[in-house]
Amino acid sequence: MTESQSSKPAAYDEMLGFDGKIREPYRDVQAWLAAQDADILGKKKREAEALFRRIGITFAVYGADGASERLIPFDIIPRILSAAEWRKLKAGIEQRVRALNAFLYDIYHRQEILRAGVIPEELIIQNEAFLPDMMGAEPPGGVYSHIIGVDLVRTSENDFFVLEDNTRTPSGVSYMLEDREAMLHLFPELFSRHRVQPIENYPDLLRTTLESVAPRGVSGEPTIAVLTPGVHNSAYFEHSFLADRMGAELVEARDLVIADGHLQMKTTRGLAVIDILYRRIDDAYLDPLVFRPDSMLGVPGLFDLYRAGRVTIVNAPGTGIADDKAIYAYVPKIISFYTGRPPILPNVTTYDCRNPDDLAYVLENLDELVVKETHGSGGYGMLVGPRATKEEIAEFRQRLKARPEAYIAQPTLALSTSPTVVADGIAPRHLDLRPFVLFGDRVRMVPGGLTRVAMREGSLVVNSSQGGGTKDTWVLEE
Amino acid sequence: MLGRTANDLFWMTRYIERAENMARLLDVGYRIVLLPRADNPDQEGWRSTLLSAGCDDGYRAKYDDYDTAHVLHYLLFEPENPSSIYACLTAARRNARIQRTAITREMWENVNRTWQEFFDFDSSRITLNELPQVVDWIKERSASFRGALLGTILRTDGFQFCQIGTFLERADNTARILDVKYYVLLPQAELVGSGIDSVQWASILRSVSAHRSYGWVYRGGFRPWNIADFLILSRKMPRSLWSCYQEIMTALDALVVPDSGPPACHQLAREIVQDLANAEMTEIFQTGLHEFLIDFISRNNRLGHEIAAAYHFNL
Repeated sequence: MTESQSSKPAAYDEMLGFDGKIREPYRDVQAWLAAQDADILGKKKREAEALFRRIGITFAVYGADGASERLIPFDIIPRILSAAEWRKLKAGIEQRVRALNAFLYDIYHRQEILRAGVIPEELIIQNEAFLPDMMGAEPPGGVYSHIIGVDLVRTSENDFFVLEDNTRTPSGVSYMLEDREAMLHLFPELFSRHRVQPIENYPDLLRTTLESVAPRGVSGEPTIAVLTPGVHNSAYFEHSFLADRMGAELVEARDLVIADGHLQMKTTRGLAVIDILYRRIDDAYLDPLVFRPDSMLGVPGLFDLYRAGRVTIVNAPGTGIADDKAIYAYVPKIISFYTGRPPILPNVTTYDCRNPDDLAYVLENLDELVVKETHGSGGYGMLVGPRATKEEIAEFRQRLKARPEAYIAQPTLALSTSPTVVADGIAPRHLDLRPFVLFGDRVRMVPGGLTRVAMREGSLVVNSSQGGGTKDTWVLEE
Repeated sequence: MLGRTANDLFWMTRYIERAENMARLLDVGYRIVLLPRADNPDQEGWRSTLLSAGCDDGYRAKYDDYDTAHVLHYLLFEPENPSSIYACLTAARRNARIQRTAITREMWENVNRTWQEFFDFDSSRITLNELPQVVDWIKERSASFRGALLGTILRTDGFQFCQIGTFLERADNTARILDVKYYVLLPQAELVGSGIDSVQWASILRSVSAHRSYGWVYRGGFRPWNIADFLILSRKMPRSLWSCYQEIMTALDALVVPDSGPPACHQLAREIVQDLANAEMTEIFQTGLHEFLIDFISRNNRLGHEIAAAYHFNL
């Protein structure tokens, strides 16, 4: 922990640091911003909204009335990283992604990390995210999690932390790409002044990655399909976007059938074989014969076919054990265990409430901690102590006592802020960063990632399902 | 291409074509209603519009008059009327959204923008005064979509299914307009060869945007015979049944894979193409125009079903 967190000053600002001096990566953008009239920014903001609405980049917010298609707020002031900052992050992310995949391979084979006592056995064996059916399966290249989103937060000049790994079906990459498109459209002059590393090749890298894990014995160009739950899913835009950019078919379960020992799709000319299925549905829905019998989203028999090596499922089933919030606390040890080196990017201090000492500490300090459900996601089922009411804290106290194993807690981080266009001008808002990592025959990444920003003043919740917005993320050339 | 995708593309273009045709019918109905006539002009003008659109039964289940406000609401905004502009644009946009990967960005943005802008029209306040503006807007949006389609989509199977949807719908529409209007206007069959000076006759041509082009081709007043010829057999008129079937056949031929026989639906299409090529107006009037058109509409429908079956539209 840095001093800044305990002494509660203003959060570190990406443009102004702690001391208000313009940081080097932001020098030109700051000068440009200062030269703009306030109404120009407002106008550009509305232009951006019209653009996103026209393109139809929308997101469904669960539970909100009549908001089946809502825009994710887009902020026109970019988030900027220097080449050196990115180099360090990249090395740390690559190390982490390789370690998590080695961990998955081990967990579904010899389980040496359990034998070595590095992770308590019950944490794996009794975990719902652990998939016994995957024991001994051999995914091509030994890779399980091919597409990973690593959520990073920053608290000071040199302090980046990994807040969370997303090893199942991370989403948001379409927003990363569309945000850049929108910025190029709205502010061409800004790009002529800066040398921003391009990210447009992400779909090509994704395709190359997927092709590199084709089932053994596929000759020629493998056929890739993206499996979506359908048009009502909140991320449907992203599913269709990725299929489109990769030149892959976008399929639903009803388009699929297993025939002649292959996964096949029903085309206008009969059945056609699919070699690689980039699925955007959860494990539980993949195959009603193995997982949820009531699933209408999956294909009966798919899992057997997968185990027989006839089709590659991306990400592999069972990867949820690597981003389980209870496992998270052990990731630094996982990295050391499989790579023999200390982690380049640190975790946030995490209290595992199944541990009585940790639980006692958490109950004492609820008003200062963030408490998360180990199986929750999307910012739901979460307590942000410093911003919670007495009633909410009391409610979480009861929940923690009843099921301590279902929760972890972390100190409330002073997430860095970045200048953001708000109703009455420009103001600092908290943000995080989700780089997207591709892992097939090797690790591939585009520089940067998706910057998510909490649009409400003081809020630390950046999830789009909770009203968070996004920014274009720039990594400058050397 | 997935069978489901082919189905969605087929219906996407059908709905857009249907919206455009509805806009034209409204334009015609509006002109008839504005005619200075003695007895119940609204009644007659709107009834023939509803009949031509195939919406009269549905309308009468809901209303027992032909009040202009009711008719406009039913044809423009009624969600329960599958041929209303609202229903067509919503269905086309739904299909396009599902199949964004199969269409170009220009096509998608076109459909999406049309759907969004449609809500700028206030459904509770549209009167005859605003109608021309709405009609022009729809025709313009449809033309813009068609331009995006023709100008940007790859000439692969998806394009062919878009074409088939468009021209099956257009053929159906042309045949129905001719059938309905003709009988409303022409009680005595013996008059088919004579010239009639009637604004009503012009309305048939207006409903297929051929009011002026007719004059270029036939250089004379409105003769029922010529009008029927123009809408059925003309090789010049882009909405004639003959023209629609040329487009359908071209699209179907493009779907044929070398070394494998075409499915049965191709044979049906070829028969219709040949029948239209060999037909003579004399013969059509002898057997009865109404019978001819009813038979055509039924074969046109059957072709749609056969194509859907042959190309696995419904999983």
